[in-house]
Amino acid sequence: MAALHGSTLEAIKHNQAQLLAQWVEALEANGANRNLKEQTLMQETRDFLQLLVDVLQAGSGNDVTGSDWDETRRFLEKLSASRAQLGHDSHQTVYFIFALKGPIFSLLQTHFSDDPARLAEQLWMLSELLDTLGMHTIRTYQKTREAVIKRQQEELLELSTPVVKLWDGVLALPLIGTLDSQRSQTVMESLLQRIVDTGSEIAIIDITGVPTVDTLVAQHLLKTVTAIRLMGADCIISGVRPQIAQTIVHLGLDLGTLTTKANLADALKLALKRLGVNLGEQA
Amino acid sequence: MERIPILRMGEFLLVTIQVDMHDKLAMRLQDDLTDRISATSARGVLLDISALDMVDSFIGRMIADIASLSRLMDAQVMVVGMQPAVAITLVELGLTLPGVSTALDVERGMQRLSQHVRHP
Repeated sequence: MAALHGSTLEAIKHNQAQLLAQWVEALEANGANRNLKEQTLMQETRDFLQLLVDVLQAGSGNDVTGSDWDETRRFLEKLSASRAQLGHDSHQTVYFIFALKGPIFSLLQTHFSDDPARLAEQLWMLSELLDTLGMHTIRTYQKTREAVIKRQQEELLELSTPVVKLWDGVLALPLIGTLDSQRSQTVMESLLQRIVDTGSEIAIIDITGVPTVDTLVAQHLLKTVTAIRLMGADCIISGVRPQIAQTIVHLGLDLGTLTTKANLADALKLALKRLGVNLGEQA
Repeated sequence: MERIPILRMGEFLLVTIQVDMHDKLAMRLQDDLTDRISATSARGVLLDISALDMVDSFIGRMIADIASLSRLMDAQVMVVGMQPAVAITLVELGLTLPGVSTALDVERGMQRLSQHVRHP
């Protein structure tokens, strides 16, 4: 690809102030300055234009992935990350780059008014360049957003599996929501770890909050119960609602090895009985 | 050659695995244990695997085998102190060790074992 013409660069360099003013104006008109201090925006536009001019002046090609563009790429990465944190949407973020097109194009139009062929060529090159930079920005923006979503998912997983101590030696795990493979893995791990940490002999898994029990959920439950037994503790499943009992029977699942109770109170009573705790009730 | 010590405690045998289990060691343990059970006419075997933080299918089978052959020689096996990661691995491997009694630690295992021996 032909390099950027020297006079194009000169034109940009000499009209930086004008470009900046028009650029910022376009950004403000589009709302891309939301939640941003005017000073910050000015600083960012000035920095970016300077970086662009510097790189182009150094005669670097249009290959934005090259090492000459490292600093520019880093600048854009930082920019899009900060935009993602501020809650800007993708459009507003990428418009930071695209809004520069208008001012530059109109500048070149007056600069090359006597040479339409060259104007077209230079416009095409600059357009390509800015598009690529814009793409890079949006890619980074997306990555930042994905990282945020991933972190939230992990936090949600942690939050959704609290292991509570009901009595000396009795742990309870109230399950709420659908049990998928990943969640049941987390549930199993945290419950087993707590059993080791507290030396509890009985664990109660309460499935009152689990909307449906299908073959997969039943398999996860069986696995958890088996792992608990292997470690030397006992497990009681509580909160088997009438519909769930019916589903389990209709599906033909064999939960014969599990101890099940209709509600948590019954499960706790059984647990205490096994531990030999006397509640003072008359037999 | 290294071997896993088998300690005698009254009518029980205590086996504590504290090194990385490899296949040869496991085979040797099986041989030693059966010899000791017959020599001491032990009523129970306590297998402490709390220091074992990794298992493969072979070690899993070894535990199951030890349980079956001890039962044949009239000694009850109690596996104690299994780590969560080990338990999860065994379940995923489908080695659920049916018929093997388990306990959280040596103390509780010993208690359960003596109960079991006294009231079979």
